[in-house]
Amino acid sequence: MGMMEQIEQLSTPAVREYLTFRLGDEEYGIDILKVQEIRGYEAPTRIAQAPAFIKGVTNLRGTIVPIVDLRLKLGCELAQYTASTVVVVLNLRSRIVGIVVDSVSDVMALPQDSLRPAPEVEGAIDRDAVLGLGALGERMLILLDIEKLMSGMDMALSSEIGLPAA
Amino acid sequence: MSEMHQESSGSGDSFDLSQFYQIFFEEAGENLDLMEQMLLNLNLEAADDEELNGIFRCAHSVKGGAATFGFADVAELTHQMESLLDRLRRHELQPNPQMVDVLLESADVSRGLLARHQAGGAGDPLPTADLVRRISLLASGGMLTPEPAPLVQSDSQSKVLGATQKLTNASAPSGVAPAERSLAISIGPMDKPEQADAILELFRDIAGLGKIVASTSDREDTRVFAVETTSSDEDLLDLFEFHISRELVKIQTVPETGAVTPGDGQELSESSAIHAGLTSYADDPPPGAPLAPLPGFGFFDGSPGAPAAGATVVQPAAEQKTAVANPAARAAAPAAQTEAATIRVAISKVDQLINLVGELVITQAMLAQNSRALDPAVYQQMLVGLADLDRNTRDLQESVMSIRMIPMSIVFSRFPRMLRDLAGKLGKKVDFITQGEATELDKGLVEKITDPLTHLVRNSCDHGIEMPADRLAAGKPETGTITLSAAHQGGSIVIEVRDDGRGMSREKILNKARERGLSVSDQMPDSEVWQLIFAPGFSTAEVVTDVSGRGVGMDVVKRNITALNGTVEIDSAEGFGMKVSVRLPLTLAIMDGMSVGIGNEVYLLPLSSVIESFQVDANAVNTVGQGAQLVKVREEYMPVIEMEKLFQVPRFSAEKCNSIMVVIEADGSRVALLVDELLGQQQVVVKNLESNYRKVPNVSGATILGDGKVALILDTAALVRRSRH
Repeated sequence: MGMMEQIEQLSTPAVREYLTFRLGDEEYGIDILKVQEIRGYEAPTRIAQAPAFIKGVTNLRGTIVPIVDLRLKLGCELAQYTASTVVVVLNLRSRIVGIVVDSVSDVMALPQDSLRPAPEVEGAIDRDAVLGLGALGERMLILLDIEKLMSGMDMALSSEIGLPAA
Repeated sequence: MSEMHQESSGSGDSFDLSQFYQIFFEEAGENLDLMEQMLLNLNLEAADDEELNGIFRCAHSVKGGAATFGFADVAELTHQMESLLDRLRRHELQPNPQMVDVLLESADVSRGLLARHQAGGAGDPLPTADLVRRISLLASGGMLTPEPAPLVQSDSQSKVLGATQKLTNASAPSGVAPAERSLAISIGPMDKPEQADAILELFRDIAGLGKIVASTSDREDTRVFAVETTSSDEDLLDLFEFHISRELVKIQTVPETGAVTPGDGQELSESSAIHAGLTSYADDPPPGAPLAPLPGFGFFDGSPGAPAAGATVVQPAAEQKTAVANPAARAAAPAAQTEAATIRVAISKVDQLINLVGELVITQAMLAQNSRALDPAVYQQMLVGLADLDRNTRDLQESVMSIRMIPMSIVFSRFPRMLRDLAGKLGKKVDFITQGEATELDKGLVEKITDPLTHLVRNSCDHGIEMPADRLAAGKPETGTITLSAAHQGGSIVIEVRDDGRGMSREKILNKARERGLSVSDQMPDSEVWQLIFAPGFSTAEVVTDVSGRGVGMDVVKRNITALNGTVEIDSAEGFGMKVSVRLPLTLAIMDGMSVGIGNEVYLLPLSSVIESFQVDANAVNTVGQGAQLVKVREEYMPVIEMEKLFQVPRFSAEKCNSIMVVIEADGSRVALLVDELLGQQQVVVKNLESNYRKVPNVSGATILGDGKVALILDTAALVRRSRH
C-alpha cells in the first residue's frame, strides 16, 4: 500500500480539477476524473430493507445503478427533490454509482499545495474520506475522497463488506 | 430457427448434424489458429506447462469435434498430434524444432482437410499417411531423417497460383517457349461490369501471365481488355472463372506480327500458322458486340480455325491445369457461400447495441406519451410518423434481443447422435433424456457451455454407464440413462448431467491423487474428493480411448465454467450414478415474467414458478401461532407471504388493498404471495444487481420495464425457503 501511495503521489499533477457541488449550505469537491456524467434526478426503484440514504436503483442506459442520497448520508437537515436536484454519476473502479446532491456548481482547478488539512471535527464523514479543505475566496470547499467514502462499510453498497471494493 | 428445435429426447436416429458443421468449422479454425500461434511462440528450451497444456487442448478440441461429426481423417491426424503433445506436456519428451515443424504442418493439413469437408468433400483428398507416420515416429521418441515437407496450401487462390506455376514448369521442359499472343478479351454483358476489373489484378498478381490493358468498350455492360500472354485460352478462362462466369468471356486473337516472340525457326512458323489460321476472326463483329458463339474457340478440339499446330505444345499442360484448378474452383464457390451465411461479432458490440436499443425504446415511449395530447387533425403526419417509429423500434428491439438469445435445445440437440454413435462404439445401451430445452440462454454462454457439456456427456457414457452385462449383474436395467436438464433457479441457470452408471470410486480417486503427488487424506469430505478430478491430467480411466480418458476433459470443463463465473458441483454414489451440476449466473438471460403490483411498485415473478393466482376469500386465510398466515387452496394449506410487509411497501391510499394471491413453487414446495394486482406477462432481460450494487434479499435480479423504470425480480427459491423457517 505504501508503495502505491508513493507512486500515486509522484504521478499526481500539482493541480487537480474538482467538481464542486452543494449539500445544504456546505460546498464539496470531488475529483472530476471520477465523474462519469451528471443527470437530473428521477425517482429510482426503491429497494426494501436498504438504508434510507440508498434511494434505490435506476436505469442508466441499460445498466442498473444504485442511487445514494449524499444529503441523507451526511445528515443534511433538508433533502428535497426539486428541479435543480441532480445525480452525479460516478465511475469508481469497476462500479457505477449515482449520488444525489442539491446542485452542481462548477469545475475548478486547485493546486495541491493550497489544500489545508481538515481539523479533527465530529461529523458524519469518516476523516479518512476528507482530502482536505480548499479556500475559495470567502467560501470553504470540502474535498472528498469519494472513492473511500463510497466504499466505506456503512455504505452497504457492496456485498463484500470489509473487503476493498473490487 | 424453429425447424432447428428438434425433439431432443430419445436416441434421435434421423438426426441431422449438418446444421452444426458450420459452428464446428469455425471453432476448429479458431483452435488451429490458436495452436499455431502458441506453437510459434513456444520456447523449446524451457517450454511452459501452461502453453503445452494449451496446445494440447486445442488439438484435443479439434479431435473431439471431428470425431463427433465423423471426419475420420481429421480425427485421426489430430489424434496423432494429441498423442505427441500429450507426451510433451507430461515431459516424457523434450520438444524440438522438428516437432514444431511437423505440428505446424499438421495444423495446415487439418485446415486443408476441414476446408475440403466444408466444401462438401470436393477436391482431391489430401494425403495424411506420411504425416501421421512422421508424428508417431516423433511421438515414440525417434528423429526424422531430413526430408522436404510437402507444401500444403489450403487457400484455393494459392492452389491456382501453384497450378499456374506447374503449367509454366510443365511447358518449359518441352523445350519450346510458347509464343506470346495478342488477344482481345471482352467480358459481358453483366450487371456490374466493374467485377470484370478483377482480372486486371490477376495479371498483376500472377507473374509471367502477361500484360493486360483495359481498352474502351462501346457497351456499358461490357469490358474489353487487350492482353499479351503466352497462356492458352483455356488457362485464361480457368483463371477468370474465379471472378467471372465462363460464358461471359470472349477471347479473340488480334493478328499482330510484332507481338510474336521469335523462338526457333519451327516455333516461328507455327506461330505464323496460328495467325494465318485465325485471320478470318479479324473480320468478326467488334469486341463487345453480342457475339455468335464461336465454335470451339479456345478449345483444342480440332475445330476449323483452331490453332492446331501451336496447341500441341500447350495441350498437355492445359489438361493438367484443368484437372488441378477445377476442383479448387468448385471448392471455392460453396465455401464462399457458407462464409457469407454467418459473421462472428464481438459480444461487446452486441451488448452495446442492446443497450442503445433499450434507450431508443424509452425515448420512443416518451415521444408517444407526449404526442398523445396533440390534435390528430393538425399533426396527422407527425402522428403517423410516430406510429411507424413505434412499430420499427419494437421490431428492432426484438431482432436485437434475438441476436443473443438461443434456447438450450440448440446445445442439447447435438448430443443424441453423438451418444448413439458413442454407445454403439462402446457396446453400451444408453437412453438420453433432455429436460428444459426451451430455457433461453445468452448466446455467449451457450457457445462456451457447449464444449464442457460435451465432455461431461461423453464422460457419463464412457466412464459412467456400465456394460449391459455388468448392469444386469448389478441388478440395474440393461439400458442406462443419461439425463441432461436445464432450468432457471434463483438467479442462475443450472445445467445438470446425470447418469445412473457406476458412479465414482472414492478410493480410486484418492489413490490416483496420491500417485500424482497431490496432498490428500482419507478424511476428506466427499465433495472435496470429487473436486480432485478437476486437476489437469487427472483421469481414473484405465484405457485412453479416442472418446475420453486422458483426463483432459474435466480440467477444461472446470476452466471454462469458472471463466463464466459459474461453479461445478459433483454428486456421486458409487454404484448408483453421478450428477454434475453446472451453475451459471444469469448475466443476460431472457425470462418470461409475470409483473405484479404491490402499492405503487412493480415486481416481477418468473413465470415458470407461478402455479396459479386467485382472488382472496377472507375466510380462506387462517392464522397459526404467532400470526403466520395460511391459506386453504383446494384442501391444502399453504403459507402466505404478505409482500407488502416483506418489501416494506409504502402505502399512500387506503383504496387499493391486497386482494390477489399468487401461488409459486420452488424447490418442490409452494407458497402463496399476497399482492395487489396482476399487471401482465412479459419477456424481460434479467440484469444483475450485484455488478454495481449488492445482493438484495429475496431478489434475484432486476430488469428494465417498457417505461425505462427498473423492476426487481423476486427470488422465488428464497421466498419459499423463508416460509419454511
